[in-house]
Amino acid sequence: MERIAVVGVGQTKYERGKTKNFAELVYEVTRKALDDAGMEPGDIDNVVTTTNDFFDGRTIACMAVAEAAGSYGRDATNVEGDGTLSAFYGLMRTLSGVYHTTMVTTHCKVSEGSPRKIFNQAFDPIYDRLLGMDAISSSALQARAYMHRYGITEEQCAKVSVKNHGNARNNPYAHVALDITVEDVMKSPMLADPIKRLDTSPISDGACAIILATEEKAKKAAKKPVWIRGVAHCTDAYRLGERDLTHSLALETAAKKAYRMAGIADPLREIDVAEVYDAFSYMELMWYEGLGFCGQGEGGRLIDGGETQMGGKLPVNPSGGVLSAHSVQVAGLARIAEAVLQLRGEAGRRQVPGAKMALAHGVTGICAQTHCVWVLSN
Amino acid sequence: MENETILEVNEKDGLLIHQGVIRVPYTWAAGAVASKFYVGLRNRKIYGVRCPTCRIVLVPPKKTCHRCFGELNEWVEVSDEGTLQTFTVVHYHEPELHPLKAPFAYGIIKLDGADTGMTHLIAEADLKALKEGMRVKAVFKEKPGGNYLDIKYFKPVKGEK
Repeated sequence: MERIAVVGVGQTKYERGKTKNFAELVYEVTRKALDDAGMEPGDIDNVVTTTNDFFDGRTIACMAVAEAAGSYGRDATNVEGDGTLSAFYGLMRTLSGVYHTTMVTTHCKVSEGSPRKIFNQAFDPIYDRLLGMDAISSSALQARAYMHRYGITEEQCAKVSVKNHGNARNNPYAHVALDITVEDVMKSPMLADPIKRLDTSPISDGACAIILATEEKAKKAAKKPVWIRGVAHCTDAYRLGERDLTHSLALETAAKKAYRMAGIADPLREIDVAEVYDAFSYMELMWYEGLGFCGQGEGGRLIDGGETQMGGKLPVNPSGGVLSAHSVQVAGLARIAEAVLQLRGEAGRRQVPGAKMALAHGVTGICAQTHCVWVLSN
Repeated sequence: MENETILEVNEKDGLLIHQGVIRVPYTWAAGAVASKFYVGLRNRKIYGVRCPTCRIVLVPPKKTCHRCFGELNEWVEVSDEGTLQTFTVVHYHEPELHPLKAPFAYGIIKLDGADTGMTHLIAEADLKALKEGMRVKAVFKEKPGGNYLDIKYFKPVKGEK
């Protein structure tokens, strides 16, 4: 693959009930990403936005928000899904030879809609939507299936929550930073067992933007380029009952492809920092397995061993992850932005010293039907 | 109906917050496959489709096999009893979404004769005694309406706690 780099990143602080509107949020991160790259709108060839009409409460939401991403007079397209998928599409556009620079933006104001009702609309209107399931109750089915098969305990899941909420204290963008114990998680209110309040991610509003550039353009950018070494995307079956809920084949497939591109044989040893999409605490353990950080069913043991904590062999979610800021469509792109900051050595108090190889991961769909894996290096 | 785009305006630090509602009626064609499934439920029969290539029976049925992309035309009747693969007891209230009042349970049930799981409600059960692998049976609605809740829920088979 021709060398493509991330040359600019911008994030808002994630919080509930932000008073900026969509365009104001997208403008904020677009401007930040341009300033970060030392670029002006004229340096951008094309714009990829990320919208979800249900969350935005308007149809063709992409057209309403594209201007704020600098689309006027340019090619502007849109992805409905996680920001990692918009970045994937932006990467393909940059690779096409037609465009040299791509602005990728995503925004979401989860607090303004009715998140449970909106998520319920993801289910099949002909079949199981009438059951009234949402992200929490459907994920609880997956959590139990996974934990039962491999003997993963609620305490092991709780350790993810403790670690990530703790890491969030070092991230000025994080929404929920907490100094908590496993016992605090275990005592938090049961929502849909085995998922408790502190196993879940918050309702966050926010936005994120990144700029992708060809090697020629990247060399002219203000900051040291962060190179894309490998990236892959894979989708599982739609219905929960048709998947192996205990092991994500989609993630395993995407990770293997991305690692092959990046020339990675032993991810736990070769990757210095990972930012993964932990919408619920159990997910991070499952993603360890799908990403090959450990064997199938060994996610609990990996967190027990402290390997994924700050200072461990492979710190996972130094930013606090999605558990501490979940602005749905933004969460995956925020993982890429965080990986870029780590590789530049600009991650402040959450910096993994000397990080050279980073992984970013995004998901979309009921119980993470689809996975996108990015491997980046400096 | 009045325009509900803005029903209320609130103010926070000099910034206005508009509150409204979107109500959009839809019509969804169930399609040939789901229609046949629901006609079956009227007669208290649960139908699936067999994929001749992948040798699996899918319940509820669909038009295309996600694995081999083959068309699914071979209808088979499966049992109204099956095994609970996973479940969750829901403790929070969402009256406009939930068909039952919390606490209640969801589960994924693999019916005898099927190879895929069916997501549904679990009721008439001691929620504390639910466990993976327990046997459950469909309870049909008295007056079927042609939708997913024509199976009201699944309940534990007698002898199971």
